[in-house]
Amino acid sequence: MEWFLANLGFVLDLTWLHLVQSVLPLLFGLLLSLPLGYTAWRLRPIRTAVLSVSSMLYTIPSLALFVLLPFVLGTSILDPMNLVAALTIYAVALLVRSVVDALESIDDGVRQAAVAMGYRPFRRFFAVDLPLAVPVLFAGLRVVSVSNISLASVGALIGVRNLGTLFTDGLLRFFLTEIVVGIVLTLLLAVLMDLLLVAAEQLLTPWHRAGGKRHVAGTDQGRQTRASAGERPDPAEAAVLP
Amino acid sequence: MNIIELVAQWFADPAQWSGPAGIPVRLAEHLAYTGLTLLIAGAIAVPIGMYVGHTGKGRIAVVGAASALRALPTLGLLTLFVLLMGLGLMPPIWALVILTIPPLLAGAYSGIAAVDPTLVDAARGLGMTEWQVLAKVELPNALPVLLGGLRAAVLQVIATVAVVAYINLGGLGRYLIDGLAISDPVRMFGGAILIALLALVVDGILAVVQKFAVSPGLADRRRRKRRETPTVGAVQGGM
Repeated sequence: MEWFLANLGFVLDLTWLHLVQSVLPLLFGLLLSLPLGYTAWRLRPIRTAVLSVSSMLYTIPSLALFVLLPFVLGTSILDPMNLVAALTIYAVALLVRSVVDALESIDDGVRQAAVAMGYRPFRRFFAVDLPLAVPVLFAGLRVVSVSNISLASVGALIGVRNLGTLFTDGLLRFFLTEIVVGIVLTLLLAVLMDLLLVAAEQLLTPWHRAGGKRHVAGTDQGRQTRASAGERPDPAEAAVLP
Repeated sequence: MNIIELVAQWFADPAQWSGPAGIPVRLAEHLAYTGLTLLIAGAIAVPIGMYVGHTGKGRIAVVGAASALRALPTLGLLTLFVLLMGLGLMPPIWALVILTIPPLLAGAYSGIAAVDPTLVDAARGLGMTEWQVLAKVELPNALPVLLGGLRAAVLQVIATVAVVAYINLGGLGRYLIDGLAISDPVRMFGGAILIALLALVVDGILAVVQKFAVSPGLADRRRRKRRETPTVGAVQGGM
């Protein structure tokens, strides 16, 4: 605790870097995977290709990717952008699947109703498809957020400064406190981001708050949860398992 | 000469393929750490997952613990264990075990929990004991999800074992860490390619295993599921 307070500036600086390095990939990943996922969902042959390439990319171990990217991108090996690029690749790999699943989960009747009401494809995507895709999409975003925050610290091995620096530094100096502070702050960051994402999801799906209870009361609740647990055991599972 | 040619030359050099720091030895080390970690983690996670999935007891605790463990930073845990337990083989392995438990636990638990409850009831109705229900009905039905969890776990261990080289152990990660230490991009690039290849090959093998390990009745159900409603397909296919 004493060490933490004495080095507050240093630690907060690293925490901020860590946050930026894990949130940027989340945003870039989302921006890239929406059009990619939409195309994959519309066109079957592309879907298979996109999904298999993305699961292959996800298979590449993080440290290997961190090292390979500078050669591919032409950046310096110590550039933090390598880390951001690598985490963006993982984010896209996971989120493309989430986008496809999310669009798939939308009731076709709703879509047809929107078409009948005169929505053109472009507007329909933003006004109907995208809002309804939010719950499944956010399940994916939450998984990516947690894994990004945890993976970013590995970047410290290739010299990127973030909370991982506390681990490498702590090991060199054989200083336990520093490592514990690093672990605690990483966990806090992950929890904080998760809460933010949950709050954002609730803001974006106002109908869940308004009509959710009435809807559940009418059905056999026990079976309902069991069945939905079966289809989507855990957002993390759904995203990671093939 | 560009980097690709240099790396090709590095791979072609016979010195890389023999001796205690050669690629075969590093690969064997990498696989040995991975295997040891999976054995220990599996012995802990799979029985717990099956118990929780079968009885439904402690569901919230397991799901919560699995996602909390997922957020733990790999490198932080590795360095913490080395500082607490000292250098040697086991401290990093224990850290790896902790990181491997969540996917295995989640796979075992959600696989068993997702088995259609009507199938389990039918099995009990036929007079099966709880052990028989677990071994003859729930486990075969849960196998695809369970193996999916194993696949995720194996990939994670292979990736994390690369990081272990930073501590004091061998494995393919040595090329990355040593290459970085002496600013040798060729060695780093070669090592990264080896690790990526290992992950892709192992994942491919597991995908094939997963395909063949699924009981024929279930494979049939999957095909039928697309045409019929899920519940009908599950009952027919599962029996």
